Amino acid sequence: MIQFSNDKLKVIDELIQRYPEGKQKSAILPILHMAQQEFGGWLDVGTMDYVAEILHLQPVEVYEVATFYSMYNLKPVGKYIFEVCQTGPCMLNGSDEIIGYIKQKLGIGIGETTSDGMFTLKVVECLGACGYAPIMQLGKSYREHLTKEKIDVIIDESLKNVATNN
Amino acid sequence: MRKLLLEKEHVEGIRSYEVYKREGGYASVEKALKMLPADIVEEVKKSGLRGRGGAGFPTGMKWSFLAKPEGMARYLVCNADESEPGTFKDRYLMEFLPHLLIEGMIVSAFALGSNVSYIYIRGEYNWITDILDTALAEAKQNGWLGKNILGSGFDCEIYTHRGAGAYICGEETALLESLEGKRGLPRIKPPFPAVKGLWGCPTVVNNVETLTAIVPIINEGGDAYAKIGVGKSTGSKLISACGNINKPGVYEIDMTISVEDFIYSDEYCGGIANGKKLKACIPGGASVPILPANLLLTTAKGEKRLMNYESLADGGFITGSMMGSGGFEVLDEDQCIVRHTMTLARFYHHESCGQCSPCREGTGWMEKILKKIENGKGELKDIDLLWDIQRKIEGNTICPLGDAAAWPVAAAIRHFRDEFEWHVLHPEECLVRNYGLAHYADPLQVVV
Repeated sequence: MIQFSNDKLKVIDELIQRYPEGKQKSAILPILHMAQQEFGGWLDVGTMDYVAEILHLQPVEVYEVATFYSMYNLKPVGKYIFEVCQTGPCMLNGSDEIIGYIKQKLGIGIGETTSDGMFTLKVVECLGACGYAPIMQLGKSYREHLTKEKIDVIIDESLKNVATNN
Repeated sequence: MRKLLLEKEHVEGIRSYEVYKREGGYASVEKALKMLPADIVEEVKKSGLRGRGGAGFPTGMKWSFLAKPEGMARYLVCNADESEPGTFKDRYLMEFLPHLLIEGMIVSAFALGSNVSYIYIRGEYNWITDILDTALAEAKQNGWLGKNILGSGFDCEIYTHRGAGAYICGEETALLESLEGKRGLPRIKPPFPAVKGLWGCPTVVNNVETLTAIVPIINEGGDAYAKIGVGKSTGSKLISACGNINKPGVYEIDMTISVEDFIYSDEYCGGIANGKKLKACIPGGASVPILPANLLLTTAKGEKRLMNYESLADGGFITGSMMGSGGFEVLDEDQCIVRHTMTLARFYHHESCGQCSPCREGTGWMEKILKKIENGKGELKDIDLLWDIQRKIEGNTICPLGDAAAWPVAAAIRHFRDEFEWHVLHPEECLVRNYGLAHYADPLQVVV
């Protein structure tokens, strides 16, 4: 059984307080973000049911939301998710080459995860940082002005981070 | 020109409350709280401010539509779901001047009678949500938010609300659905949000840049603001410039400057990157029509085109475009229009909410056909089919996403039909070289 920590439950209570009484459903997006982060980087049915329970909703109300928004992962993902933008402005600045390079370097296709569970490659649509193209989202932040060399550095950094944390 | 929004962008520490306040921040709130809410709306009307999200609807008029039934809450919602390809100006404002948005929102909330307001920010702007939350906490600590602010009797709370990756939530009724914890499916209008919005209550949804512009309008007066700019393009406008230019970035402009100056002057884009020639430009975010270099710089009447609502739209969609969100994307002579249009079609297909069949199916068909042409497998009749599909999407959907998906395809075929034909007629070449037709870099004779 999964369970948010007491600290997280307190944050959830505060989130719900932001909306009028009886409108706790509004907290669904922020709580799904938290759940995804806490429980393995993706939302399985059990996690969605748990969120439904917290918000006193029918499970289907959570499923239909989780499946609509592209930031929720509905299948297992790697520790690091490379979400590379491929829309017009990034394309003009070479995002296709960047995506191709990541595929080759990690030996995976789009939507796939490396066998060691470290990296997932996703392509996404406009991230709203077109002046700093090509870009990708990695965790909470953006990596901008990407080059092949920068990709090498990001992969090395990520591997080192995991090694230190273990 | 004197900057109205970004004047303090380079002041060290301006993101913090302390520095922002020291630099004269929050003066407009003090002034506004001594005014009547109706007078604030009047100032905004006088300013001529137009919505900066893309539609350009007069803000004061939008505010005056807000219904005020007895005993019902009213809401102000800031649309920070910036997702129009080419647009990244709101991100800049929120990341570097978070207190400017909060200040503008407090004044606006007071004018509209909104005791609780929300900033709906796109989910990917995760770190910016943290910046806003920190700034909101600082504002609250210093008495600008909370109960009875500055002893005015006005209660004011502002909360951030993170989306989760859906372009459609930038459409105001989809945004409200999402804020209510549902899928972002646009609502049928009427009723408009001003009558029935968030949780069925009267609601105003305004873009980030629009709300920050309220600060100079209140500080200096609507008339003073209206004197800046030209015609119905009053005040200043933020332009996010990207693509093949030397200096991509966010610029605050006076709407009297010419497109040519904006692209080539060192103060702004600094010319085309790598010494290339200008081929085409999408001047207002991905959904507005692309223009070839000649029509971009000069209107069909032979006048210099200016960076404002009227001039960019001059000639309608036949020879003009739109100001839109101010997402200014420049393409150099090496860029392939077919490929670029394909990425936009893919974008709209991905982002269609699926509610209306012309958009749900049509965007997918357009992506498929464009991919086919781009991969050298197209036939000449595909170009006509593409034209036919976009015409059947436009105007036939609940929300403007259908139009937004149709216009880029229509404009690409209208202005660059021979490039599409070239792809069909030279399948082997376009597979290996995948380049555009450089002659567009030189102004052509305008054919109206």
